[in-house]
Amino acid sequence: MRRWLGLYAVAFFAFLHLPLLTLSVFSFNSSRFTVWEHFSLDWYRAIFHDPELIEGTWNSVIVAIAATLISTVVGTLCAYGLWKRGSRLLTGTLYLSLVTPEIVTGIALLALFQWMFRWLHWHLGLYTVILAHVAFSIAYVVIVISARLRTISPNLEEAAMDLGASEWGAFFYVILPALGPGIIAAALLALTVSFDDYVITSMVAGVDSQTLPMVIYAMARRGASPIINAISALITVFFGLLIVISERVRET
Amino acid sequence: MKLRSWFVLPTWIWMVGLFAAPFAIVFAYSFLTRGVYGGVEHPWTWENYQRLFDTLYLTILLRSFAMALVATLLCLFLAFPAALFISRSPKHKNLYLQLVMLPFWTSFLVRTYAWLFLLRDTGLVNTVLQKIGIIHSPLQLLYNDGAVLLGLVYGYLPFMVLPIYATLERLDPSLPEAAADLGARPWATLLRVIVPLSRPGIIAGAILVFIPCLGAYLTPDLLGGGRTVLVGNLVQTQFTTARDWPFGSAVSMLLMLLVTVLVWGILRRESEQLT
Repeated sequence: MRRWLGLYAVAFFAFLHLPLLTLSVFSFNSSRFTVWEHFSLDWYRAIFHDPELIEGTWNSVIVAIAATLISTVVGTLCAYGLWKRGSRLLTGTLYLSLVTPEIVTGIALLALFQWMFRWLHWHLGLYTVILAHVAFSIAYVVIVISARLRTISPNLEEAAMDLGASEWGAFFYVILPALGPGIIAAALLALTVSFDDYVITSMVAGVDSQTLPMVIYAMARRGASPIINAISALITVFFGLLIVISERVRET
Repeated sequence: MKLRSWFVLPTWIWMVGLFAAPFAIVFAYSFLTRGVYGGVEHPWTWENYQRLFDTLYLTILLRSFAMALVATLLCLFLAFPAALFISRSPKHKNLYLQLVMLPFWTSFLVRTYAWLFLLRDTGLVNTVLQKIGIIHSPLQLLYNDGAVLLGLVYGYLPFMVLPIYATLERLDPSLPEAAADLGARPWATLLRVIVPLSRPGIIAGAILVFIPCLGAYLTPDLLGGGRTVLVGNLVQTQFTTARDWPFGSAVSMLLMLLVTVLVWGILRRESEQLT
């Protein structure tokens, strides 16, 4: 059975990774079709000549950074608060936000914004996307930080306060540093879910605030194109590197 | 301890303002009438919920359930041996785990697009099959239930591997050994000792895969090409092209109810068995 298991594992990992690998390889193909002609960087050059892709990337970067910063701060504070005194209602709400189908979250947020705009005369834009992204990333951050907090002894904080630290001081100088790797992991998770989201974003983005996944999606619906292969390969490499680097940082 | 109440406050504001409030609105909309130009109008009505029992919509709901169930079972059968392999590998456990997680970190959209690229008429699969001479004209591999199922399984497979691996890792190694000592063959040990003992991981993985599959929108839209209408697409259509917000709201409420009852029910039953 051992040998079968090994063989199976090879097939399993091939299934998991070959699709993305072939996708990336063919982004260097000069032909539009899936027949290898010769090596070319044309499709990568094409990305920089596509104003929609450039704008989408910028929007995605702005949204992802803003949403990550806000949700990491808000979520970390919340996890700490829940660690001091649990609240089943809040934890339950956070979990509920996690299991809600994305499309339902999307239409609900759209309904809210439209309802508010009847009085406020604002319009959907990048800020509605950021608000929505924070709303669905907080739960991820709270879960990651809470897991980390469970490994920290409450005595640590009490010791700091016995030695004269204020409540704030104990939080800032004792708990926060101990949470460091957890915060990095949580921020990274928030960054990836925010940068990747299409379903919720497509419902709450304004006409002038298309994000990168929205641009890619619109292109993909028109059919496969080597430009999408190239941008997909770039996204994959970027996040792959980010994960590897963060693992290194966490180990040291 | 005043500090802690201030710390959870921002999350409360966000969850009430951008999670509870939107759902309150959707709940209210689901009892209203569709406006002439889209939007909602009075009077209050039950009609939207009655329409859910229309054969057309019941079929969509059942299809979504069936798709999610088949995808979950496929994930289970594919993930279990892989999790077993990782938990038994003497070294490199972390490397294998990271290999499972890596696709999860890269974009879900990109991973779905990868299959669009591979399965299209001029895609790699068709090109290779034609070059070998097995087929003469390209097969229609995309835009059917099979493609959607493949996309769902591929997308959510890591969610099944990790919890199963976690329970296998905690499993007391003396139990399979005892089974072997008592004369059980490897397969019998696997099926009658290891699989039943990894039940918590299987349940957790099944929830993590089934829930997003049930409400899936992106995969059926991209790989099903609009031909495979699942409940997620139904909701989206009502809010965009069909402009029937009240009915879309009713479908959303039903979907939320199903998901909540399902998760709550399973978790309750499982925790009862554990105690």
